[in-house]
Amino acid sequence: EQEEEEGEEEERYYQLYPGHIPTTPLQKVLLAAGSAVMALYDPYRHDMVAVLGETTGCLALPSLRDKMKHHPEGYRILQERPRIRLSTLDMGRLRGLPDGTLGREYIRFLEDNKVSPDTRMPPKFVDDEELAYVIQRYREVHDLMHTLLGMPTNMLGEVVVKWFEAVQTGLPMCVLGAVFGPVRLSTRKLQVLATELVPWAIRSGRNASFVLNVYYEQRWEQSVESLREEIGIFPPP
Amino acid sequence: AAAGLCPCRALLSRWVGPLRALCGSLRGLATGPETHFGFQTVTEEERREKIYHVFESVAEKYDVMNDSMSLGIHRVWKDILMHKMNPSPGTLLLDVAGGTGDIAFRFINYVRAARERQLQRKLRHHQNLSWQEIAESYQEDTLNSLGDSQVVVCDINKEMLKVGKQKAAHLGYSEGLSWVVGNAEELPFDDDKFDVYTIAFGIRNVTRMDLALQEAYRVLKPGGRFLCLEFSHVNNPLLSRLYDLYSFQVIPVLGQVIAGDWKSYQYLVESIRRFPPQEEWKAMIEDAGFFKVDYQNLNSGIVAIHSGFKL
Repeated sequence: EQEEEEGEEEERYYQLYPGHIPTTPLQKVLLAAGSAVMALYDPYRHDMVAVLGETTGCLALPSLRDKMKHHPEGYRILQERPRIRLSTLDMGRLRGLPDGTLGREYIRFLEDNKVSPDTRMPPKFVDDEELAYVIQRYREVHDLMHTLLGMPTNMLGEVVVKWFEAVQTGLPMCVLGAVFGPVRLSTRKLQVLATELVPWAIRSGRNASFVLNVYYEQRWEQSVESLREEIGIFPPP
Repeated sequence: AAAGLCPCRALLSRWVGPLRALCGSLRGLATGPETHFGFQTVTEEERREKIYHVFESVAEKYDVMNDSMSLGIHRVWKDILMHKMNPSPGTLLLDVAGGTGDIAFRFINYVRAARERQLQRKLRHHQNLSWQEIAESYQEDTLNSLGDSQVVVCDINKEMLKVGKQKAAHLGYSEGLSWVVGNAEELPFDDDKFDVYTIAFGIRNVTRMDLALQEAYRVLKPGGRFLCLEFSHVNNPLLSRLYDLYSFQVIPVLGQVIAGDWKSYQYLVESIRRFPPQEEWKAMIEDAGFFKVDYQNLNSGIVAIHSGFKL
């Protein structure tokens, strides 16, 4: 219908999943540019980082989904679609696990840094329902990355995790975050970052198997060390 | 195929089509229990609720977004409205849907300046009075820097009023200013009270515009003036296409990036398309009983100021 094409408005009722906002290619470009600028300008705008990830991830996300599909554990995750949120986690049980286990350390991480898995934004601008889940899974697993890498949620820790994730996923948002994040760090921290942390993060990232292929919810009792070894993450410096 | 028919378009409401076709079918729908919210079809009650939520969520960033979306030009439009009104000291203004106070503050500035000129003229004529007499009359007048002018800001949304009050405190406006929660469809004021009624970028968010016009007529004094500043329809085809492109591609993105809210700004650009064009709106104003109804296009019809008098 020619009139609709000229209209340049998206079909708002073609929502592929709850929260989906269909966007034209031009809108995606504008969103990517705008969110990149805003994320740098105001680092507290985590929603902008999320939007940047969604709008630039169109090439990387399919390959991540394929990596998951071709791995038995990853395939199960795609089928069962587990979600990490306060309502699905049994916080009491996890807290009761022995020290050094994934569950116990994860809870410790959440409490020490005063964060919650429920603050992750649901995807809006990904135009494929399965890929939307992949990016959602990536976001929810991010805190577990912090736990496995032993990095806190300050700027330095976030940058290190971003380097690791950039190598693992190839998502442009991770790459941008890894490269531009250090801009706001002091020189002393930059030094530590450049000499020790980043090389370690890159080595671990390359050595490790794909982190989204691990069904974390079934491994709460596993010790962090053994999980690190299994995945291939080198012990943190 | 079905998308080519006007009634089907409106009823299906998922096909977005040319403005004119939409407006035709819209008029039929607007008066019934079913109405529109942007390009969706909803009941009147749902519409009022949704719009309330839109403004509740945009209130904090309302002014920033206005500047970003219009590149600051909205300030010029509002200034032009004020010059058209040309209020003299002693005017009683009702600014409906006045939320964050832009019109009210401009009104106060305008009458203050007009009052100063008035006082200066008066002083120049007092050539034969003694110093004592001049000093006394000067003192009286400075206490009355607005010349008894008053503006009442009325808005249905408490969040918008909250932002407006904060702005007023921050900018130092207190005299001659009141803030009232109220619904344009049913104003909490007596008949024949106000000299001027303004509604700037608000009427398109009112669910029953005909009732709002009737209320405007009711609360105005005989001789009172109705002024409406609102987005309207662009005649120029080239500009219209650029404007559509900008509206639908850029504005929701700005909403997401600046205010973290895509949907409210999607609603905004759709609601602009849903508003009747200049002549139709003029006819509706005349239906409410106003005389000498006229309109002035700004920026080729992106915005229009409609004016009418209660005689």
